[in-house]
Amino acid sequence: MTWQGALQPIILVAVVAVLAWSVGSYLYRVFENQRTYLDPVLIPVERAVYRLCGVDPQAEMRWTTYVFALLAVNVVGFLVLFGLLTLQPLLPLNPAHLPAIPFWTAWNTAVSFMTNTNWQVYGGETTMSYLSQSWLVVQQFLSPVSGICLFLAVARGFSRQNSRTLGNFWHDFVRSLLWVAVPFAIVATIVLVALGSPQNLKAYTHVTTLQGGHQIIAQGPIAAMTAIMQLGDNGGGFMNMNAAHPFEAPNVASLLFQLVLGFAIPAGLIYVFGKMIKDRRQSWAIFAAMAVMFIGGSLVLYHFEAAGSAMLPMHQVHLASAGNMVGKETRFGVGTTSLFENSTTAVSWGSVAASNDSLTPIGGMVALFNMLTGEVIFGSWGVGMIGMLAYVVLAIFLAGLMVGRTPEYLGKKIGAYEVKMAVLAMVVPSFVILILAALSVVIRPGLAGIFNPGPHGLTEVLYAFASGVGNNGSAFGGLAAASPWYAATVGVAMLLGRFPMYIPLVAMASVLAGKQRIPVSAGTFPTHGPLFVVLLVGTVLIVGALVFFPVLALGPLAEQFAMRSGQLF
Amino acid sequence: MTVASSHPEPVPIPAGPGDRPSQTPRPPRRDERLWTRELMSAAAVNGLRKLDPRSMVRNPVMFVVEVGSVFTTADALRYLVTGHLALFSFVGQISVWLWLTVLFANFAEAMAEGRGQAHAAALRRTRVETVARRETATGLEEVPATVLAKGDVVRVDANGIIPSDGEVIEGVASVDESAITGESAPVIRESGGDRSAVTGGTRVTSDWLRIRIAAGRGETFLDRMIELIETSQRRKTPNEIALALLLAGMTLIFLVVVVTLAPFSAYSHAPVSVTVLIALLVALAPTTIGGLLSAIGISGMNRLLERNVLALTGRAVEAAGDVSVIMLDKTGTLTLGNRQATEFICAPGVDPTQLATAAQLASLADETPEGRSIVVLAKTAHGLREQPLGEREAAFVPFSAQTRMSGVDLGAQQIRKGAVDAVAAWTGQSIPDEVAATVDRISRSGGTPLLVAQDRRVLGTVHLKDVVKEGIKDRLQALRSAGVKTVMITGDNPVTAAAIASEVGVDEFLAEATPERKMEYVKAMKAEGYLVGMVGDGTNDAPALANADVAVAMNTGTMAAREAGNMIDLDSNPTKLIEIVEVGKQILITRGALTTFSVANDVAKYFAIIPAMFVVAFPGLSALNVMHLTSPGTAILSAIIFNALIIPALIPLALRGVHYRPAGAAVILRRNLLIYGMGGIILPFAGIKVIDMAVSALHLVSVIH
Amino acid sequence: MRPAVLLSALRLVLLATLVLGPVYLFAMTGVAQLLLPAQANGSLVRVHGQVVGSRLIGQAFTAPRFFQGRPSATTPAYNAAGSAASNLGPTNPALLQHVRAHLHQFLQENPGVRPGQVPPAMVESSASGIDPDIPVAGALLQVPRVARANGLPVALVRHLVLSHVRGRFLGIFGASYVNVLELNVALQRLARPASG
Repeated sequence: MTWQGALQPIILVAVVAVLAWSVGSYLYRVFENQRTYLDPVLIPVERAVYRLCGVDPQAEMRWTTYVFALLAVNVVGFLVLFGLLTLQPLLPLNPAHLPAIPFWTAWNTAVSFMTNTNWQVYGGETTMSYLSQSWLVVQQFLSPVSGICLFLAVARGFSRQNSRTLGNFWHDFVRSLLWVAVPFAIVATIVLVALGSPQNLKAYTHVTTLQGGHQIIAQGPIAAMTAIMQLGDNGGGFMNMNAAHPFEAPNVASLLFQLVLGFAIPAGLIYVFGKMIKDRRQSWAIFAAMAVMFIGGSLVLYHFEAAGSAMLPMHQVHLASAGNMVGKETRFGVGTTSLFENSTTAVSWGSVAASNDSLTPIGGMVALFNMLTGEVIFGSWGVGMIGMLAYVVLAIFLAGLMVGRTPEYLGKKIGAYEVKMAVLAMVVPSFVILILAALSVVIRPGLAGIFNPGPHGLTEVLYAFASGVGNNGSAFGGLAAASPWYAATVGVAMLLGRFPMYIPLVAMASVLAGKQRIPVSAGTFPTHGPLFVVLLVGTVLIVGALVFFPVLALGPLAEQFAMRSGQLF
Repeated sequence: MTVASSHPEPVPIPAGPGDRPSQTPRPPRRDERLWTRELMSAAAVNGLRKLDPRSMVRNPVMFVVEVGSVFTTADALRYLVTGHLALFSFVGQISVWLWLTVLFANFAEAMAEGRGQAHAAALRRTRVETVARRETATGLEEVPATVLAKGDVVRVDANGIIPSDGEVIEGVASVDESAITGESAPVIRESGGDRSAVTGGTRVTSDWLRIRIAAGRGETFLDRMIELIETSQRRKTPNEIALALLLAGMTLIFLVVVVTLAPFSAYSHAPVSVTVLIALLVALAPTTIGGLLSAIGISGMNRLLERNVLALTGRAVEAAGDVSVIMLDKTGTLTLGNRQATEFICAPGVDPTQLATAAQLASLADETPEGRSIVVLAKTAHGLREQPLGEREAAFVPFSAQTRMSGVDLGAQQIRKGAVDAVAAWTGQSIPDEVAATVDRISRSGGTPLLVAQDRRVLGTVHLKDVVKEGIKDRLQALRSAGVKTVMITGDNPVTAAAIASEVGVDEFLAEATPERKMEYVKAMKAEGYLVGMVGDGTNDAPALANADVAVAMNTGTMAAREAGNMIDLDSNPTKLIEIVEVGKQILITRGALTTFSVANDVAKYFAIIPAMFVVAFPGLSALNVMHLTSPGTAILSAIIFNALIIPALIPLALRGVHYRPAGAAVILRRNLLIYGMGGIILPFAGIKVIDMAVSALHLVSVIH
Repeated sequence: MRPAVLLSALRLVLLATLVLGPVYLFAMTGVAQLLLPAQANGSLVRVHGQVVGSRLIGQAFTAPRFFQGRPSATTPAYNAAGSAASNLGPTNPALLQHVRAHLHQFLQENPGVRPGQVPPAMVESSASGIDPDIPVAGALLQVPRVARANGLPVALVRHLVLSHVRGRFLGIFGASYVNVLELNVALQRLARPASG
């Protein structure tokens, strides 16, 4: 480890904190219909969209109506995307003459992009025509915006009182799209091009190399897709290797810009939450808990990557340094790569700057653990925050009784219904991951898809379902994700990890919105100090560890100890 | 209210709730010893009886353990039959400890229930069938108490047992209510006032009463009390339901964790037996809190009973912990019942001794507490002994509502003391400016000025003041630090109320309180989201009580108040509300502490069991065996033994409750997180290590399983 | 009300599909081509007006006269139309073989280099398979071979390498490295000034 490497996550978090405040203030203005610089252009557009879609952006919705509208947009979006992908051979803008997309690939991809997962069972440059990529881009805009809507509905549960409604879905959706997703993506595209990413619609370039060889260089509208992929924490890259591909992240500056881009909205929404409940200290407490886990995870990951594989020296391979460079890019080095790989599963964007399969066992486990705990370390647009709120409800319920009051958060009593919904949000992902992974390691189609032998293979399977349920989309690689078994089951996991996980939280919010707020007093469980931060971090880590420790022991932990003794599988 | 007293010190006797003196908390009368042989043997029997799956299923956590025990027992028997004795020994021991885990939990619940049942049984013994004398159109008829209907009127004479609950409509009598309250001193019951309610089963010790019956058979206070004690133990409170739900959810997750571990371990070529998987499940399931949860709730109710408070719903007990505002009557609760003289202030040119002497003389025959306090002040502050009046011609002028002053005529010498305007009028002159200023100052400070005049000359002023009960200020301060807002209710005018409020240290006050204003105030507080606790006794408290979240009715109070309350204080001690709040908080803290402890324990259990399960396939995992347990077999057995033994070890804590001292939530949280969170993580490491050493020393495990 | 919602959702999705899909990509392409044509077209490198590759995309250099890049896991190596990593896990025997093989090859091609001098990046395959860069040490170890093959003084080649070093971003992020294609283009210009 070098001091530069260790300093990186801390600098990043400091930048993100500033970002949370500045972006968050803007987001709050957008959601609350306050004036912004973009109003002159966007308000007419907004009105036109409402008129074209025939919706009333003012009518307050009960939670069921809100969720129904959200599901409608998602289901229709899925169907349209699925249809367009299967039509690839018939449509234009396919200069590389890429063939039809297999059924399971189309199903998995449509689910994947609709759920903000962007799990890719295909290599972009070898499967998707430019037009097909553009359909994917549509969902890269719509799916994170759906996340904001889920967040706003849940946040209103805490900010309102004696209310039966949670806002208007169309208003939330259209404003987030027009004021946030689109303008941010446009600016980000230009920055990315300036930093070196290509943006063209030309056929792949054929060149004769310096040595006289022949090379086909895949290009395309890479910057525009990378911009919304990273901004929306989608993670579905244009290229197979995402940010590790030199066209998606040509240099460290570009990679850092993408890091910051990925953090911007999730961090901003944390701040928005504080503004909505009129107590920004609460936001900073949650931010701090996330930051602690983020920095911790980054440092652990970096430590193990810098220490490298103990296997090589055990087998008499002694190199100039220990750092693990398998599946890493030279320009990023071990430190920045580690930072990005920890961020990709923490902030849930899922694009990778390295081959996660080739991380050291514990390095890979850190990335995996971020997903197993529900991607609540910032997480994707809105859903990371509400996932964390579910943990807050649990933490307060587990330990909050110890102050001698029935548990309450932000003045709202946490009753049986709220606990039921929070438990549901916890149970669903754990069950899906464990059950599908367990099935996959005993049946033939599952076993056939595993690439690396031994404990590492188990980690691959676990990672795939964790990534699917967590709507992360990063791949451990190795696993034959395009095989029908994994394409189908990971697809199911992505669906279950999106709707059955977050809709209960909206239901919980609707009950909370109806409750009277209890005034704060000295007897109130303090949810803004360092103590609460410790409690929250402890809850996330302990809950995650309790559920997954046995299987992690058989996967990465077993591998780590085996590696140290030079054992191969 | 003025009550005659023969004591030299101005301590009024306890004649009613309004002027009951502050009491140092008495030792609880009910037997609080936990481990009586009788109780324990009954609990052991009941614990076995609770193994019935139909009753176990109500507690999913322990039900899972029971099912696991059945499986491992069957497994053990299989090994016995097939002759694998070493395996039989290991699996058999595991199943024994699993059964013990269930039994310990049942025992804890039975212990808690047993204490309540003992209480109920004691009450039931006092429920004697009595003969009532019912009034008819023609006179009195003797009927069994059981046939009395609501609305009947009965007459009870001295030494008669009051046949049923009712309202006194005529007469005054002293009543022995020890059957219900345990308090042997009789209390006064009379018609019309706030002391008109009587309870069936209590005995009239003197005089007689005409009573209108207010409850039919099976509905009396005593019946309800017995029923409550017996059934409230089975009914879960909202928070208990939510917690049980969370625990069931956790158990379900662990079930899936353990079931899926079978394929994972098969894939890893590290197969594990069903027994070991069940052991892991039981170790992970929150058995500690799952086993003690109901005991905590029940014993909380029992603790209230020990303090002579009967909670009519479990919900109310829980709400007591949540109360954020408590409303306390000024008189009798915050201050002593009466005002006392605290100061003599002389008019210009008057000698202090002269004023004190005059004031004392004027008060000698005044048996009101105020009067007595003047005599005492003169004695203590000016060294004046009570002057014998016998030698002099003394004619006392008693206080009357018309004159609003009293005094004494010693021959030609006339001394008067009384209301300022009355005495000023008596002197026939305007009072000196200095005296007027003093009067004004006293009024503004919330006190009552009395003028003392001798021979139509104003000598000075006596400052009468409400005297705050000893210790009350500290208790209010403690409440405030725990986040509970205190509100003083008083009939005084706002100026007076404000002064007393600041002296007592309450946060707010409600002056010139009327029943409507009290109720409005409760409603307003609730609308702001506060949970309101209140004590009341009179009929005029009933509307407010009915609206309060925690409404403690005095047992001496009216039927209306008792109907409106959700708790009844058998001692009729108005400061009891503070104790009730503390018990409520204590129940919640105990529940939270044991939940946290239980979950935190899992960390160590994992470190014991997981390496043991997989160390054969992955020798490197022995690095996780941080406790250096002897062998996989001893590790698993030790974890299970620890898991079982921790339940009985914590029964005393569950039954007594975690120690509670009022403080801010942050302070309490920090302390409890440290003790039960960190402690919960660390303790089992030590515990399992020690058990492992014992298990190894005794050679209990001979195979590596 | 419910069917109406579905209809609204359909209209919204179709509208978005049009505007945020092709229109967004076309518009962004237009802007990029206008403002930043060099980057937008893939940072292509020209030698004598001939495109020889992209500065950002590594090429398979195998001849001793060129600086060589890292092992690539794509098929064929440095396949710029199908990026891929080896995905070999840390306890996979194939990884050990892979590293051993590349180390052996590197040592053979660069006599005098000891195993303990070789940076891991030179024997471990990259993430993209088209990593255009190598660590500075990795380039310096190749200097004697490259100099000999091109008939250039070692000091000159060494100086060339050092003049192509790119440091850490802001002194903290990333790693310092050398772009192999740029280095080789410069090297060619140096070795064959007439043609280069």
